Amino acid sequence: MVNLVQAWAEQFMMKHPETLIAVTGGGSGTGIAALLSATCDIAQSSRKMKDKEFKEAENKGIQPKEFVVALDGLAVTVNPKNPVNQLTIDQLADIFNGKIKNWKEVGGEDRPIVLLSREVNSGTHVYFKEHVLRKGDAKRKDEFAKSALLMPSSQAIADEIAQNPNAIGYYGMGYTNPTQKFLAIGESRKGPFYYPTIENVKTLHYYISRPLLLYTNGEPQGLIKDFIDFALSAEGQEIVRQIDFVPIR
Amino acid sequence: MPLKKIKEFCIEKTIYLSGITSIIFVVLIFVFLAREGFSLFKRVSVFDFLLGQDWYPISEPAKFGILPMILGSLAVTLGATLISVPLGIASAVYIAEVASPRIKEILKTGIEILAAIPSVVIGFIGMTTLVPFSKNALNLPTGLTAFSGSVTLAFMAIPTIVSIAEDALTAVPVKYKEAALALGATRWQSIRRVILPAASSGIMAAIMLGIGRVIGETMAVMMVTGNAAQIPQSLFVPVRTLTATIAAEMGETVQGSDHYFALFAIGIVLFIITFIINLIADWAVHRRFK
Repeated sequence: MVNLVQAWAEQFMMKHPETLIAVTGGGSGTGIAALLSATCDIAQSSRKMKDKEFKEAENKGIQPKEFVVALDGLAVTVNPKNPVNQLTIDQLADIFNGKIKNWKEVGGEDRPIVLLSREVNSGTHVYFKEHVLRKGDAKRKDEFAKSALLMPSSQAIADEIAQNPNAIGYYGMGYTNPTQKFLAIGESRKGPFYYPTIENVKTLHYYISRPLLLYTNGEPQGLIKDFIDFALSAEGQEIVRQIDFVPIR
Repeated sequence: MPLKKIKEFCIEKTIYLSGITSIIFVVLIFVFLAREGFSLFKRVSVFDFLLGQDWYPISEPAKFGILPMILGSLAVTLGATLISVPLGIASAVYIAEVASPRIKEILKTGIEILAAIPSVVIGFIGMTTLVPFSKNALNLPTGLTAFSGSVTLAFMAIPTIVSIAEDALTAVPVKYKEAALALGATRWQSIRRVILPAASSGIMAAIMLGIGRVIGETMAVMMVTGNAAQIPQSLFVPVRTLTATIAAEMGETVQGSDHYFALFAIGIVLFIITFIINLIADWAVHRRFK
C-alpha cells in the first residue's frame, strides 16, 4: 500500500509544489501507532483499527476518522476448461502448501495441480501467504509448496493459465479475460461462496480482500483534507487502478 | 630520436594498461562479490547454504538453501549440453570438411546471425512455441520445465560451439588429411580417425565455452523453466536456476539484508563455477601446443 500512497504523494506534490509530503512504510501497525502518538498527520493501513486501538486513541484524546480510499482483492483463477468453480479457504491453503496435489481431491478431473505464484518479494505473494496459507495468524509457519512456479509478473501467470488446464494462480482482480476463470471462495464447505467482484470486495464478503484505509485525527482540515480529496478524486482513483488495486468508484 | 622514444613509451604503456584493465575488473568484481556475499556466512553456515533444500528468503526465520538451484542449473546445463554438443560438432565438421565453399559461407553467416539474436528474444520464442508444444506432445502437467530451458539454451550454445570447433578443425594441418586419404582412408574415416582427434583440444574448449554460456544465461531460462525452487527428479519438471534467482529477487530486496547478501553469495557460487569451466577450456586449448 505504501506504493499507492507514495504515488499519490508524488502526484499531489507535482500539482502543489509548495507542499512536502513524507511517506514512510513499515506496515499498518506502524502507521496506526504513529497516529496514536500524533507523529503523523495521516496514517495508512490495510486493516481496520482494532477496538483496543480505538480505546487507546480515546485515552490520548485522538479521534481517528477513517477513509476507505481503495480496495485490494486477489482473484484465484484457473483455466476455463477446469470444471472446478469454487473452493473453500482450507482447500485453497492446502492446494498452495502442497497437501492437495490433484484436482480430483477438490471435485475436479484427475489432473495434477500446477501452482503459479508471484516472486517472493512481491506484495501479492506476501499477502497471499499471510492471508490464505497462514489464515492471518502470524504464528503459523505455513509456506508455499516448493513445487510452486514463481512467475515474474501477473501477466505471466495469466498467460500460463490461459493455456494450461492444470494450473491455478492468483493476481489482482483487475485482470479479467475470457481465457481465465475466477473461482468463488467460501469460508466453509456449506458456503456461501463469493466471486471476486468489486461489490463483494466492498462488502468484505470476498475472503481474499481488504480495504485500504487512511486515518486522520478528527475531521481533516486544510492540506490534509486536500490530500484525501485528491486520493478520492477521479485522478487519484486512476492511480489506484494503475497500481493494480481496486478503485472504490 | 627522444620524441620517437617518448611516443614509443606512451603507446607501450597504453597497450599495457588496456591489457591489465580486464584483469583489474575481474579482481574488483570478485572482491565486491566476496565482500557482500561473505557477510551472509556470519549468520548461515556455508554447509547450510550449499546443501540446504529450502529457499524461503523472506520468511521468519528465513531459509537460504541453494541446493535446489544448483541442481536446477546443472539439470538445465546437462540437457542443453546433450542437445548442443552433438549438433554443434556435427555442423562444425560439415562446415569445415564437407560443405562446398558457397554453402560454407551461407552456413557460417547463418550461425553468426543465430549468435546475434538477443537471449530475451530466444526466450520469448521458447515461451510461446516450445512451452505449449512440449506440454502437449509429452503430456506434462506444465511446459515450463528444465527440458524447455535446455532446448532454448542449446540454441544459444550452438553458435559458440560451432564457430570455435570449426576454427579448431580448420587449423588441423591439411597434410594430415592428405596422408589419411593417400593411405586409402575414406572421407569419413579420415574425419573420424584423423581430423577429429587432432582437433580434440579445440573441440573440448568449444564445448566448455558453450557450457559456460549456458550456465550464465539468465533471461531466456527464467522465461521457460517455471522457477520452482525444488530438487529436480527429472528434466521434465519445473526448476529454478542460480542466475534466475538473482535476477528475479535482486530488484526488490532490502539493501544490506540477509536476503541481499544471500543473492551475492549465489553470485560467488556462479563465479566459481564459470571460473572452473573457463580454466578447463583454457587447459584444453593449451594442451594442443604441447
